[in-house]
Amino acid sequence: MIRLENINFAYRDEPVLQDVSFSVGPGETKVILGSSGSGKSTILKIILGLVRPQSGRVFIAGKDVTNAREGQLQKVRRKMGMVFQGGALFDSMTVGENIGYYLLEHTNRSLAGIEQAAREILDYLGLSQGLLDVLPDELSGGMQRRVAIGRAVAAENPQIMLYDEPTTGLDPISTLTITKLINKLRVEKGVSTIVVTHQITEAFEMADQFIVLHDGRIVFDGDTDGLLRCRQEYVREFLQPYLASVKSIPVGPTE
Amino acid sequence: MGHLRGFKRFVNDIQGLTFFCLKMFRYSVGRPFYFAEFMDQMYFLGVGSLFLVVLTGMFAGQAIALQFSIELADFGSKNYLGRVMAIAILRELGPVLTALMVAARVSSGITAEIGSMKSSEQLDAMRAFGVEPIRKLAVPRFWALMIMLPVLTIICDFVAIVGGYIVAVFIAHISPTAYWSNFIDKVSLGNIIIGTVKPFLFAMIIASVSCYLGFSTSGGTKGVGRSTTDSVVASSINILFINFAFTRLVVPHLRGLM
Ligand SMILES: Nc1ncnc2c1ncn2[C@@H]1O[C@H](COP(=O)(O)OP(=O)(O)OP(=O)(O)O)[C@@H](O)[C@H]1O
Ligand SMILES: [Mg+2]
Repeated sequence: MIRLENINFAYRDEPVLQDVSFSVGPGETKVILGSSGSGKSTILKIILGLVRPQSGRVFIAGKDVTNAREGQLQKVRRKMGMVFQGGALFDSMTVGENIGYYLLEHTNRSLAGIEQAAREILDYLGLSQGLLDVLPDELSGGMQRRVAIGRAVAAENPQIMLYDEPTTGLDPISTLTITKLINKLRVEKGVSTIVVTHQITEAFEMADQFIVLHDGRIVFDGDTDGLLRCRQEYVREFLQPYLASVKSIPVGPTE
Repeated sequence: MGHLRGFKRFVNDIQGLTFFCLKMFRYSVGRPFYFAEFMDQMYFLGVGSLFLVVLTGMFAGQAIALQFSIELADFGSKNYLGRVMAIAILRELGPVLTALMVAARVSSGITAEIGSMKSSEQLDAMRAFGVEPIRKLAVPRFWALMIMLPVLTIICDFVAIVGGYIVAVFIAHISPTAYWSNFIDKVSLGNIIIGTVKPFLFAMIIASVSCYLGFSTSGGTKGVGRSTTDSVVASSINILFINFAFTRLVVPHLRGLM
């Protein structure tokens, strides 16, 4: 579904991604792990064609879109849903208009029909219908993330979903809601999914395929077992706090 | 060293602005054209600036009329006030003042709006939804200004000339017929061409500079602040510069029509 081959990317002279290759099959979920500044968001932007790599190839649904013109890319992007780091909700539009954005732009549906669709999505997200006419600024961070997810899935049958740190900085309950939502979408609609996150616990709940990115290079690409057993120094360092916390969780009341 | 870097940035900006204008023209044709956005902008940029432009025209027209009526009276030719007004208002003051006032009112707003969308990744989000931000945001503002600025200029001209008339008749004691007949004398094809071409040029400057600075914003909230202040200064200076260049290069060729 998504395949990157030997991607190199630099902002002006600063290399951000070096020789990045991986693929995500239909209906698969892959989690990208890595510390701040390692280039995770950049990978998602390259998949969407928002930035162009200096070298390497990008394939979406079997088609080479590396050098596709903007007009062609716009068509490809309509099959993808992206949840931006920080939401990137349109702040001059209401929650309803944000969720209905795709339908407003690309279909001839009536406003009433779009409102109805937005209501259904609010339900699906577990948000109150009363939020329809509220501006995004008035929502809490966790609600904004959920609306951003709603806006991304409102496209007609997205086949690819990209999430950029959907749970960072949220409380455990909101995090759980969002993790469940992402899983529900994958199971119900069979979309190929990439989730960028720092949070390893959530990562294990969402996927069994992982990439670890370090300074713009892929240092690990494989499944859960492989990740836990990986001897690579940076991967070990990254997993250390998680492994420690798993061991120290009390199993029951100790006398 | 500093000069060289400043010069490099200047060249970069000119180049960026040129490419941006080309893109804006290219996206002006073909579908989709965001009509609702265009109407909103017509209302906001046009109707919203109306009061400001009327005030500007009124006071500027009266001030010019006052100054010249005194000066002309010294030469015993105060009846010529209408001619002076026609030339000053139609050719220069109407177009330039209207453009400067509109630039002051809207260019910072346009830059701030687009710039903050850029810094919060809303422009990327738009593109992710298969919507081209230049088509959606810049093109409607560009055409709204292309239509509304000339209209506002005509209104400003009219109000200024009426303001001049009030001063002429009630303060300088010029007969209404003398004012109007002298005025009409100078409403020549040449002056009309100069007065109507300018607002289109100025609309192009305001739209392209303010949109371009919005789209090229970087560096978070601070960056938005920076490009917003740059926007008013850059559009105003460019309006004055293009006005001078136009007067120097084009006006001499229109002598026969004056
Ligand atoms: N617009 C930009 N201009 C210049 N450099 C940039 C730009 N955006 C990102 N970078 C640089 O690219 C590198 C990778 O950025 P990216 O946003 O992909 O990191 P990330 O892995 O998503 O980090 P985080 O976890 O903090 O979101 C960083 O070093 C950053 O400084
Ligand atoms: Mg990121």
